[in-house]
Amino acid sequence: MLAFIVHRLLSTAVVMAIVAVFIFLLLHLSPGDPAAIIVGDNATQLQIDAVRKQLGLDDPLAVQFVRWLAGVFKGDLGVSIFSHQPVGKLIGERIEPTVSLALTTLLLAVIIAVSFGVLAAWKVGTWIDRFVMVLSVLSFSVPVFVVGYLLIYVFSIKLGWLPVQGYSPIAEGFGTWIRHLILPSIALGLAYVALIARITRTAMLDVLSEDYIRTARAKGVAMGPVLMKHALKNAGVPIVTVIGIGIALLIGGVVITETVFNIPGVGRLVVDAISQRDYPIIQGVTLIFSGVYVIVNLMVDISYTLLDPRIRY
Amino acid sequence: MVDAAGTQSLAPSRAASRARVWRFVRRNPTLVIGLVILGLMLLAALAAPWVAGDPYSMKPVQRFLPPSDTFWFGTDNLGRDVYARTIYGARVSLAVGLSVAILAVSVGLAIGVLAGFFRPVEILVMRLMDGLMAIPAILLAIALISLFKGSVGVVIIAIVVPEVPRVARLVRSVVLTTREQPYVEAAIASGTRLRRILLRHILPSTFSPLIVQATYICASAILIEAGLSFLGAGTPPEIPTWGNMIASSRVYLARAPWTVFCPGVALALVVLAVNLVGDGLRDSLDPRIARRM
Repeated sequence: MLAFIVHRLLSTAVVMAIVAVFIFLLLHLSPGDPAAIIVGDNATQLQIDAVRKQLGLDDPLAVQFVRWLAGVFKGDLGVSIFSHQPVGKLIGERIEPTVSLALTTLLLAVIIAVSFGVLAAWKVGTWIDRFVMVLSVLSFSVPVFVVGYLLIYVFSIKLGWLPVQGYSPIAEGFGTWIRHLILPSIALGLAYVALIARITRTAMLDVLSEDYIRTARAKGVAMGPVLMKHALKNAGVPIVTVIGIGIALLIGGVVITETVFNIPGVGRLVVDAISQRDYPIIQGVTLIFSGVYVIVNLMVDISYTLLDPRIRY
Repeated sequence: MVDAAGTQSLAPSRAASRARVWRFVRRNPTLVIGLVILGLMLLAALAAPWVAGDPYSMKPVQRFLPPSDTFWFGTDNLGRDVYARTIYGARVSLAVGLSVAILAVSVGLAIGVLAGFFRPVEILVMRLMDGLMAIPAILLAIALISLFKGSVGVVIIAIVVPEVPRVARLVRSVVLTTREQPYVEAAIASGTRLRRILLRHILPSTFSPLIVQATYICASAILIEAGLSFLGAGTPPEIPTWGNMIASSRVYLARAPWTVFCPGVALALVVLAVNLVGDGLRDSLDPRIARRM
């Protein structure tokens, strides 16, 4: 168990190192002078030269990489071109809305998807099963922003039930906070629900055909406990795997959802950086989000051993 | 069937072929529905200059006209024909989807075969692929596009890069299982040239999973392209793409919802069609999983 965790930690470190190299090299492999990109479009040659010197862009690439990485470990992700603020600080200011959105979506999506998946597997071949499967193909095909605008149009503009856009910090009251998060979470979670519901159904169907399920039913255990205790727990590994892999979907979706619903989160920060060509922000956020993805999947891998004691590495 | 065709009269063979087509439709409903929608979209995109008006013509007097006989999908904030722009938008979406699928599959296939067949290459390459896969696709694309000036070509490459590792992984796993097969071992033992082993014995086994994967990549590429355009990081805003149309109309959602929803529905329909084709192909190419998925 311990050996497995150590092994997994090491391979995570390797993946993260490769991610860092990729993100670092991206700027240096692009055509044109990195200093010119960092300073922005309207800079004079003098400013560019100053930045070259300040960032040590004339040193060998390896030296630059080590210096950059050391900075990253100290929380230094560079300085925004547009606002001249440290990127780390800018991300910190924007993190609350993004974490709120991601967590409510995750919670909502997992609960709905797992219940749908279990239901579809239990009632396999019936109209309930068909309905869940059709819904999952549909919601996997409709893009986040189309769903988002549809929800805004129906529930905010036409019915007036929920706020149109924006975000309200949790410190200003739980009620308004959650009201602002309902529509974005649904829009963002839809594709995620589809993904998890499908895999839950498949995994449950596999487990439900096992002998011990028939034994449990023959002993007279009710269908409810059989589904929840016997089957779902044993179907856990593939479900948790997909929840982890799907985090990538969620991260990409956050960027778009925050734009649709005008939520001032980290995703908005990146989108605003695109039009201002503020590369340090894009670089910093990409690094942080990749890190989140890698760490979530590390936790998923470790959770296998808890879910299924048969798994030994 | 072929040998009898010459001697038989035309009528029964036509009836037989119609029956065959019908049986195919009944057995693969998802594949057929997907192909029909996709075919119609492709046709509309190719025939755009003949079936749609000028997507660029602006008539400020005709701003925000709701859908009508003259303007099927209404007009936008600059008085442009939303129907014409939606049809022209299909061109970009389908072109991006197809080119990304072809490029990602070819590059991923090459990397996957090399990694699966040559041990020393494998460890390094697969670790690189793991790293690349850990970067969220849309952010990697945004980073690439912000460094290279935006054009359709750059958008295609930016979407291909994050898809390659997924293909490479799939191909590698197929190659790894295939090379253990007795017929490959026999070929190696009897001294068949490497090139021939790869081309004749290894490559064919990757085809059916790859075709399925390619359709899913096509669907996700269409979604990512629209997403990038929507965020302002995709195709230049003057080109009518569905993402660009939604981005420029979104402030008028309450006043002219058709400007947002017409391209939105078109986008969803194309992605749905491609996904249905993928599901249909998967089911008919691998009957074992068909019953379960």
